[in-house]
Amino acid sequence: MMDEIRRKQLTDKDIQKRLMRRLSHSHPTAWIFFTSGVILFLLMLLSLRFGAAELTWEMIGEAIWNFDATDTAHVILVDLRIPRVLAAAVVGASLAVSGVIMQALTLNPLASPSIMGVTSGSAFMIALGFALFPQLSHYQLIFWSFTGAALGAGMVFSIGFFTQRGLTPVKLALAGSAVSALLQSLSTMIAIHFDVARDMSFWYAGGVAGVRIESVTVIALIGIIGLFASLTLSRSLTILSLGEEMARGLGLRIGWIKLISLLIVLVLTGAAVSIAGAVGFIGLVIPHMTKKIVGLDYRWVLPISALFGASLLVLADIGARVINPPYETPVGTLTALIGVPFFLFLARKGGRGWK
Amino acid sequence: MEMRNQKSAGRYTRQSKRTIKLFLFLVGVLLVMFFVSMGAGHLTLSLIDIFKTLIGSGTDSHALLLFQFRIPRLLVAVLVGIGMGVAGAVFQGITQNELADPGIIGIHSGSGLFVVMFLYLTSLYEGSQPWCTQLSLPFVAFIGGITAALMIYILAWKSGVTPVRLILVGIGLNAGFSALLLLVQLKMSDSDFNRALVWLSGSIWNASWQSVWSLLPWILIFLPLTLYKARILAVMQLGEEMALGLGTRVEKEKFLLLIIGVAMAAASVAVAGGIAFLGLVAPHLSRRLVGGKFLRLIPITAVVGAILMVVSDTLARTLLAPAEIPVGLIVSVLGAPYFIYLLMTIKD
Repeated sequence: MMDEIRRKQLTDKDIQKRLMRRLSHSHPTAWIFFTSGVILFLLMLLSLRFGAAELTWEMIGEAIWNFDATDTAHVILVDLRIPRVLAAAVVGASLAVSGVIMQALTLNPLASPSIMGVTSGSAFMIALGFALFPQLSHYQLIFWSFTGAALGAGMVFSIGFFTQRGLTPVKLALAGSAVSALLQSLSTMIAIHFDVARDMSFWYAGGVAGVRIESVTVIALIGIIGLFASLTLSRSLTILSLGEEMARGLGLRIGWIKLISLLIVLVLTGAAVSIAGAVGFIGLVIPHMTKKIVGLDYRWVLPISALFGASLLVLADIGARVINPPYETPVGTLTALIGVPFFLFLARKGGRGWK
Repeated sequence: MEMRNQKSAGRYTRQSKRTIKLFLFLVGVLLVMFFVSMGAGHLTLSLIDIFKTLIGSGTDSHALLLFQFRIPRLLVAVLVGIGMGVAGAVFQGITQNELADPGIIGIHSGSGLFVVMFLYLTSLYEGSQPWCTQLSLPFVAFIGGITAALMIYILAWKSGVTPVRLILVGIGLNAGFSALLLLVQLKMSDSDFNRALVWLSGSIWNASWQSVWSLLPWILIFLPLTLYKARILAVMQLGEEMALGLGTRVEKEKFLLLIIGVAMAAASVAVAGGIAFLGLVAPHLSRRLVGGKFLRLIPITAVVGAILMVVSDTLARTLLAPAEIPVGLIVSVLGAPYFIYLLMTIKD
């Protein structure tokens, strides 16, 4: 390719385009996108049906086409199940996309929202919010969650900044654990002192049960905006993921790209955590899986990760309902049980990624 | 040649003398903190009151407060400080990584998982004796800790174990154990759930003489053993190749030390719950004071760990009085920044 560049005197834009072409897998990626979309849709339908109260397909159809407010089944479906499945999908997609962006930015295969301290930062600020203003509205909750996400990520990033030769995967994991431990201890203290432990315990377990439609619409809007914003950056992310020198050589404005991507990450995870609490490992597992299947072209990696992430959380949420009915199993523990073996797999490689 | 030997021997005794002096000084500090802490809390006692009560001429309520609540609790703090501090030093010696904290690499959560499962199972049987449960807890925790340690070791094994893999695998397993822990907790009745929750966040507020007696034998057996094995740790510090060359059967000794370390950490966890960062901060501060030689490091670490626990427990009782903060949270809030500082300055 280098010869070609010299011979034809290509511009930066041309080289970028050719690079992108090389990185796309030969797979018909569009088919993967389409199939995962169908899978997500089917899982969401299943999720509407199963749970403490079993509904039939006829009841679901009827509730959608002619809703009857006096029918309990209809009310369960519209007030409980639909918001819940939408929330699961949006949260899963947001966390997965955040993970993709973080791994591309830091070139660190272990980077993901829960490991980077974003989740515990959100939980900490939400605890503080509950303590200072007991009657938090949805919007305020999301705002506190954003600031917390920024706080957690900011702490881990600044540790990386002040560390000689940056953060290796091990140091990143250790820094994340330390920051999480610190923030979690502080939130527990706040919870004990202000007696808001009951409100907070939910955030540590994680889950989308009891989500209301008003908050889902806000989160969904934020999620869709964030996803599209990340798509506009997808080409730059692809090149950035090959290394900063390469990106700088190809005329990318790295500072801006990093800043904007970081903002997207904070907005997406902040929104996700404000609604679902600490749901770990989706942002770690899904990006690796997607890159393995799709290749390194982020124009495909981003949307397909979103679909995979959404599918995984919808599936985990079904699991949460059916494993031990009528009790709910926290979704966070289910994703951890899926995520930990994968993390161990990466750890055995010394945190060098799935190649 | 002889001259040089004499000289180094002279330096050696001088350093040993310095270590002994430092040790005595730290023990003095510990005693002072112990007395101060006896008076601190929701009900404040003056030093005169404490003294009167100790020689048997105080009021009954003071005697009850001191002998049934504060003194056993402080003794537990001291023992836990020794156990976790020394365990941390041992782990850092084995893994040759100064950032190996038993809490971060999943030993605590492994022990915790087994203890909570045990509490759950015994709560199903009517008529199990509370003191019997209390005494068997360290054993259960020990089995859990060993299981965790072996899992870390096996999963990190890929034609040898590197410190990097060991820590990463430990962090992953820690997350897994914590998730399982939550699942078991949710199966429990409300009162057991709360008991487990308080215990898990690292708390000694309900420590009694029973807890002292269940922990003391473990420390009394394994602390001297650690000192006995300290020489081997020192050899391992030189690097594995050197140790092999010197004829130490490294893997076997490593395994023995691992068991000793897990025993001390797990027994402490059984009584006080998961107190993170103590096993990291105590050895590090001590290394600052006396350097890395394990024969000197271990006794100093034991006292420093005890002081840290007594101070943290005093803070836990007084900061938000009359409410109690679990002491593990205080240790985390103090220890995590120190850990982060280490992380930023340490060389690979």
